[in-house]
This record gives sequence, structure tokens and C-alpha cells, in this order.
Amino acid sequence: MIFAGFGGQGVLFAGKVAAYAGLIAGKEISWLPSYGPEMRGGTANCSVCVSDRPIGSPLVTAPNVLVAMNLPSLDKFIDTVEPGGTVILDSSLIGKKVEREDLTVYYVPSSSLAEEKGLAGLSNMILTGKLFQAVCANGEHPCAFCGEDVLDQALEKCVPARKANMLDLNRQALALGRAS
Amino acid sequence: MKVLMKGNEALAEAAIRAGCRHFFGYPITPQTELAAYMSKRMPKVGGTYLQAESEISAINMVLGAASAGVRAMTSSSSPGISLKSEGISYMAGSDLPALIINVQRGGPGLGGIQPSQADYWQATKATGHGDFQILVFAPSTVQEMVDLVSDAFDAADRWRMPAMILADGMLGQMMEPVALPEEGRAQLVEKPWAAAGHGGKRPHNVINSLYLTPDKLEELVAARYFRYDQVKRQEQRAETYLCEDAELILVAYGASARVARSAVNQARERGRKVGLIRPITLWPFPADCLQEAAKTAKAFLSVEMSMGQMVDDVKLAIDCKAPVHFYGRTGGMIPTPAGVLEEIERLV
Repeated sequence: MIFAGFGGQGVLFAGKVAAYAGLIAGKEISWLPSYGPEMRGGTANCSVCVSDRPIGSPLVTAPNVLVAMNLPSLDKFIDTVEPGGTVILDSSLIGKKVEREDLTVYYVPSSSLAEEKGLAGLSNMILTGKLFQAVCANGEHPCAFCGEDVLDQALEKCVPARKANMLDLNRQALALGRAS
Repeated sequence: MKVLMKGNEALAEAAIRAGCRHFFGYPITPQTELAAYMSKRMPKVGGTYLQAESEISAINMVLGAASAGVRAMTSSSSPGISLKSEGISYMAGSDLPALIINVQRGGPGLGGIQPSQADYWQATKATGHGDFQILVFAPSTVQEMVDLVSDAFDAADRWRMPAMILADGMLGQMMEPVALPEEGRAQLVEKPWAAAGHGGKRPHNVINSLYLTPDKLEELVAARYFRYDQVKRQEQRAETYLCEDAELILVAYGASARVARSAVNQARERGRKVGLIRPITLWPFPADCLQEAAKTAKAFLSVEMSMGQMVDDVKLAIDCKAPVHFYGRTGGMIPTPAGVLEEIERLV
């Protein structure tokens, strides 16, 4: 999986939640961030592998799943997605439609939803909620690797104790994404 | 349950659990999380975290702490290790154990900040001036980073020489599940040679690397090389993967070994007889393992994130009994399994 967007949107955090879910589900996992001289507002992405076998290269070059939070990220990675793969994108920030016809694309207006529901900054978790509903915890999907209950456990692992007050807001955002 | 940790943070936590209470560093990408983690954790365990004014200063603080017999370490990335090389040479010349971590980035010069293995020669051949070696360990997973930290400290103490963990930006930045050793389990050895105060009850110990009499210096260096011979016999480590019937054996360490392993799996699915030898110690180089493999393998392929710095060591290890090919990327580029597979197909 690749999670990509602007720095500050929480793509690395979203990837970490997915990675923890894989760990809790007993899979081999890796999480590799892009790193560089970028800062808030620049682009950021991370590669997450969830596998039954030990993971070789943690760098994802042909993702089965792409979560895109802005247009530059979609443009950068859309051609690398495996045929038959899944794309989940923030349709409130990405105005255009995906041209490839061999992909399943979910258009989630996550930024607008987050604003409306008082969950500013949690667009990433809305998309993550959708990711779990559509892929990770969807028994029909070839890339499914966990049950519905794992997502909440993974979230608890990723929200540090000093930010415990954020846990409920994150849960609301995940639920919103799952229902979208 | 295992926890998810970044390689850099796992190295730091593992060092604390191995009994290290003295860290001296200076920030540099892609290693900085290690120092940042130490700055938070060291005060909580009664240790010393000190950000020095430069790399040269940091390594000399390590020298001082190691002289007093405590487990001391520093960490940096490629350009910073070059600055530390003088101090490492002084430590080798003073027979001091310490741990140096290099989370490599592209070079030469300031180079870039993406993952690289272009400091292989520096780590294994010339970490500084003079006749000396240091122990070099090359982890390829975050778990192995944890495991090798205590092994490196132990080996450094055992042989009274500096040890290095040669990682890279990929391993430093990535997160994987790790099981950490329990706290308070580290076995620290007595260091009767340390200059740690004696209350006038014994002659004072001297820690020094300056010997102006050539025959005395030669004698000391020769004694050190006698020890290196023992290290070569006892400390070589490597992992073999699908080598039994392999006609082509890939040799790769660290991050590139992960890529090579993926390529070997893909080649096996196509029925190609390929295997992988993954050096875990780069010095001493696992020559015995390669010699054994050379009895049956028809060729070797060194896969690296450099311009082929390990090729000569492979050739020497197998006494040139089989051709040694090379595939690599450099400058911060990471080889892909597909790229390695293409090279395998070209060779088999």
C-alpha cells in the first residue's frame, strides 16, 4: 500500500495505523516513509507492506492499494498501481476522476466531511476508515488481512498517551469513513 | 506483543537495554531520530545524553567515556562518520571498546540523504589512519538492529576494539515489529584496564595511542593484529538462503540483502537455481561461508547500494574460484527486485 499527500495531512500516521493492524492480525509488516528536506505543505508518502512471508524490499513500487490525499500524489502514483488495484482518494481536494479503467476507485470527500463534522485535520482517518471497510477488513477483497475489530486496537496503539483525548475524535473519523 | 519501531529508535532503545548510559552525538539526517530518542530516554535511566558541538567533539567524548570503562556510543551518518574517523583511529590505537552507528546516506561529500551503502570501504578498510580494524555489523531488519546492538557491545568489550553497526537510511527510517530484550539483563564485564579512579590502591592505568618509539609501536600493532586473527576465526557471521543447490549465489548485506532475497524468491519461482549469502559481519568478512559455497556455486553476484565496494572481498574470500559479478545502484537509489532479477536472468 502507498499513502500519499501533503506533509501535515497525516499520511504517515494513517500508514502506521494500517501497519499496526497488520501486526495485530499476525502478519509480517513494514512501514517505510519518504523522507527528505520537505516540510509542512510539501509532499509526503509511506510504503506499507502486509504479507504472510518475510518482507524483502519494504519500498512499494507497484501498490495494490493507493490512498491519495492530494492531486500531486495521485498523479505521481496512479500509473504504478497494480492492475485490478484499489484507489481511495480525497475527492474534495482532487477534482478529477481517475482515467484508468482497471482500478476500483473510491471517491471520498474526506476534507469536507472532516470540516462539516468538526473533525478538522482527521481527513486521513476518514480515508483510513474507508480503506478498512473497502479493503483491509473486507473479506471479499484479495488484499484483506484483518477483521473489523482490529482497526480500533491499531488506533489505540498509534495514539500516544499524552494525546489520549484525540482517541475519540479519531474513532469518529474512522467510523465516518467506514460509513461513506 | 511486539511493538512497531523505527530502526533508528530501536537502535537507541536496544543500546540502553544493553547497558549503555553514555551517548554523545550530533544531528544528521537520516540518523537524527536515534539521537532524539536518546535525549528523551537517557535522563530517565540516569544516563548521559550530550549533543556535542561537532562530530569530532562527540567521538572524543566517547573516547573519554570508554576510557573510564563504561559502555559509550555515538551515532551519525556518512559525512559525520568521516569527521569521527580520527577519533575512531585513536580509540583503536588505545584499545578502547565503544559502539559507533553509521546510518549511511549517499556520498561522496555532502552527497544526499537517501539510503546508501557507499561507506563499505570506509567501515571495513579505512575508518581512520593507521594499521587497525574495527568490528562491523550489518543488520538487515529492525529486529536484527536490536539484536546486533548488544552483540556489538559485547564483542567490542571482548576484543577491546571499537565496533560499528553499518545501517542505512532505509533501515533507520523504516518501522518493523520488534521484540526488545528485557531491561536490566545486560552482562557488563569487569574492565581492570579502565582509568576510572583507584584511590591510590593500585598503579594508575594509562589510556594512550601515542608511542614515539618505533619498536614499541610495532610491537603493539603486531599484538593487535594477533588479536584480529582470532577475531577473524571467531566472529564471522553470515546467513545463507537457498544455497544448497544454487548455481548462482547473490551476496548482499543490509537493505540490499532484503531486495536480493525478494529477487531470489522470484527467480526460484521461475526454476532458477539461485541463493543468497548475507554477510552479518562485514569485518570480519564471512570468508569461510563463501569458501564453502564456492565449492559448488558456478558464479557469484554482489548486490549493493554502492559502485561495487564489496566485490573484491567476495573475490578474495573465494580465492577467485568463480566469477564475481556486480549489480548495484548508488547515490541514494534503492535497487528493485525486478532490477536484480533481470541481472540474474542475464547471468544464468
